[in-house]
Amino acid sequence: MPKEKFVLLESTCVPLPFENIDTDQIIPARFLSATSREGFGENLFRDWRYDKSGQIKADFVLNNPAFGGKILVTGKNFGSGSSREHAVWAIYDYGFRAVVSSFFADIFRNNALNNGLLPVVVPEKFLEKLLRLIGSDPFQKVSIDLENQVISVIPDGDAVQFDINPYKKECLLKGLDDIDYLLSRKDLIIAFESSK
Amino acid sequence: MEPKTLFDKIWDSHVVQSVENGPDILFIDRHFIHEVTSPQAFNGLRKRGISVLMPERTLATADHNIPTKDQDKPIKDELSRNQVDRLTENCRENGIEYFGLNHSSNGIVHVIGPELGYTRPGMTIVCGDSHTSTHGAFGAVAFGIGTSEVEMVLATQCILQPRPGKMRITVNGSLGKGVSAKDVIMYIISRISTGGATGYFVEYAGSVIRGLSMEGRMTVCNMSIEMGARGGLIAPDDTTMKYLRDLPSFPEGFSPDFLHGQWNDFQSDPGAVFDRELEFDGSLIRPMITYGTNPGMGMAIDDSIPRINDIKAEDTASFLKSLDYMGFEPGMKLLGHPVDYVFVGSCTNGRIEDLREFARIVRGKKKAAGINALIVPGSKAVERQAVSEGIDIILREAGFELRQPGCSSCLAMNEDKIPAGKYAVSTTNRNFEGRQGPGARTLLASPLVAAAAAITGQITDPREFII
Ligand code: SF4
Repeated sequence: MPKEKFVLLESTCVPLPFENIDTDQIIPARFLSATSREGFGENLFRDWRYDKSGQIKADFVLNNPAFGGKILVTGKNFGSGSSREHAVWAIYDYGFRAVVSSFFADIFRNNALNNGLLPVVVPEKFLEKLLRLIGSDPFQKVSIDLENQVISVIPDGDAVQFDINPYKKECLLKGLDDIDYLLSRKDLIIAFESSK
Repeated sequence: MEPKTLFDKIWDSHVVQSVENGPDILFIDRHFIHEVTSPQAFNGLRKRGISVLMPERTLATADHNIPTKDQDKPIKDELSRNQVDRLTENCRENGIEYFGLNHSSNGIVHVIGPELGYTRPGMTIVCGDSHTSTHGAFGAVAFGIGTSEVEMVLATQCILQPRPGKMRITVNGSLGKGVSAKDVIMYIISRISTGGATGYFVEYAGSVIRGLSMEGRMTVCNMSIEMGARGGLIAPDDTTMKYLRDLPSFPEGFSPDFLHGQWNDFQSDPGAVFDRELEFDGSLIRPMITYGTNPGMGMAIDDSIPRINDIKAEDTASFLKSLDYMGFEPGMKLLGHPVDYVFVGSCTNGRIEDLREFARIVRGKKKAAGINALIVPGSKAVERQAVSEGIDIILREAGFELRQPGCSSCLAMNEDKIPAGKYAVSTTNRNFEGRQGPGARTLLASPLVAAAAAITGQITDPREFII
């Protein structure tokens, strides 16, 4: 089934300058009992956003009205831990379309790419600068150009290239879906099984 | 011919086609599913108007959010009940074999696969669960996938995957008293960190690995994901074959002797090149425990937590945040620190050997006052075996109770939660903030360390109890 195409993204960012943010922080297990993909954004970073009694923790960045945007910028080794795709659904459902870090856990990165959320890997130095800039100025905008694989700071111009598997890039740009691709090769797959 | 790694041999023999400039189309021999990561995948199939392509290659169990008491009664929590009901329906509709609650083969997905003979050398195995790496203990390429990929496998029995890098971790020497497979893998992770093997598939080798039982090998492969690896595997040998031959039953059409004469196909060739090689000396490993909020923050149980000076400047903030959550100070010793809960179970340490180890220590002793203990077998078969060996009686006499199988406190989706601020010595694989309940403080360790804590009420070196 075709998905939303990833076009040029230009947005303010939300800074989350911690390392090793695992999927249990992104969406705690107790919220995984739903059977649909929608509505997980409500519980994104649940235990950082709310205290035990359900009160909003004012010092957490998502609760700070000054910050917003479609790009989440975060410390290295983001998304480690469980394979729960709910983590990606929660981030997407909340409104993010890209996550920028210097390092992603493997399964998280695959899950993100399969759901139209772009994981952008940038060098440590660039990440530090970005976190500093957006942390001090919530209006600071960043642009992510998937076609040319470039992420740049607007308007200061500092930009870096990022890597993405060419096949996955094509899927995101065109809104294509892996399953459609594989289904078109069903005969080949069935033949492969019978030859095993 | 170019020498090949075991991983590449298995991978290559499963490539249906390679996408130009892209991933491989990898055929999947065995697919395991459970209630939490599959409902959205079945919904996806429905939306596309297609059915499961090869239902006989998928096997289902309910494990993640089921209660570990009164399993014969309806599940109290409505959302959990609904999720399990949906799995039951989805399996029935699609002709998928299902070991639901109260089925004599029910259990944690990574415990039942091997014990029912569904996990075998040379296979490709996936499941919507990161600890699918467990099955690599049999010399299989096994890895965790997300729900979109679960849908992909249900629809096409294939997955689109780029080939990961290859790493070999060799552990030579021999293990000391009171040191188990859990300590070996926790030691490795503490050395290379939670991201140390990201992008790689790991082959474990060396005399220490060869000397482990199948249960121990599963514990090691299980936690491959905790250092970021896609998966881990161990070449099959006599230990593997003996385990397979001794299984009480086999799936139809399977002979445990199928490897005869094909041994070379299931080893890395001499001279095969790995992208990265690491070697450790097993005799240096002591019983381990974690002090922080990721599995890389581990140390020997009689060591001290690192001091600020030992930590890289850029890691200091995360380090302090983590210790603050745990209620610990830099430089502190953990021996003697009070413990509130002990959890023995999970796909890491919920097998019969783990219960035996726990029972070996607590036998003839009493549970410490104030300790809450949850002893949860990994499957119905483990539960039956424990009862047949009298382990349930040893536990009862010491003040413990054997519960019914499931993931339980490992991720606290059911009611087995550790309360906020409480310390739990847990034989599981993740000590993330809130993993065992909001505010829970998890200390990962082996069943022996858990047993020593359960009878002393504090963090205790298990070697004291082993003569
Ligand atoms: S026991 Fe824990 S780690 Fe294993 S499958 Fe269940 S929740 Fe996941």
